[in-house]
Amino acid sequence: MICRDVVELMTDYLEGALAPADLARFEDHIAGCNGCRAYLEQLRKTLQVTGRIANTEPLPASLESELTTAFRDWHSKREGSL
Amino acid sequence: MLARNYPGAGVTERLHDPELTALRSGDEQAFQLLVARLHGPMLRLVMGYVRDRDIAEDVVQESWLTVLKNLDRFEERSTLQTWILGIALNIARSRRRKERRVLPFSSLWRRGDREERGATVDRSRFDAGGTWKEIPDSWSNVPESRLLSQETMKRVRDAVDALPPMQREVIVLRDVAGMDSEEVCGMLGITAENQRVRLHRARTAVRKVLEEYLR
Repeated sequence: MICRDVVELMTDYLEGALAPADLARFEDHIAGCNGCRAYLEQLRKTLQVTGRIANTEPLPASLESELTTAFRDWHSKREGSL
Repeated sequence: MLARNYPGAGVTERLHDPELTALRSGDEQAFQLLVARLHGPMLRLVMGYVRDRDIAEDVVQESWLTVLKNLDRFEERSTLQTWILGIALNIARSRRRKERRVLPFSSLWRRGDREERGATVDRSRFDAGGTWKEIPDSWSNVPESRLLSQETMKRVRDAVDALPPMQREVIVLRDVAGMDSEEVCGMLGITAENQRVRLHRARTAVRKVLEEYLR
């Protein structure tokens, strides 16, 4: 395997989707290649950072209060109809 | 619906997701927590489909109203979160279809989706034998404070928003919302392989933005 091909298999690797023979070759390559190890590490950090962006969007107070009112209305109507 | 076996009892009792039970019983705090928890993933899912944040928040609101309207009919064939994000996705897509008629650049919106194959790393970074010319930077020395700074977050959000829709949907559901592969394939109606291809393209595009920023 060469670096140019190994980089394209990295998501399959992280997803556990490589066939056993490919997995062995992939891991052999990675073990001896600083460049591909660094790239894989970059991809892992990318996932870590992407996972954090969900918490960077605070819910606007106006939306929260509108939705809470809608939830109350929904529940009281529902109680009334049961 | 979760089915649990109780050994000895000889019956299979069907249990509802506790969060769903709380919502149906009118637990306001449970509802608020759920809304807050899903706000980030929902907004990211929607943002790429609409012009601006106001419209995106409007779609988020409409999605929650639709959730409430249908909550009693939800049959738990998927998790509650998957069901809710699916509703938001449908509303965002149909909003885009409506807006398409008025936006002059709509043809650009799906650009890139057809180019699903091909290299994700610039060929010029490899020599003729396919080996790295220069080793990629190690990010292990980048301090957390920089890696998770507001500026980094903003760049990653913008990078995700700029992805072609099919890649964006997959990375938001998998890496932002934290859904598993099977749920995402079911929700988007795609194969596991197709999902991996999109995920790979999306992650490598975000990686590239980070690489340029952290250099």
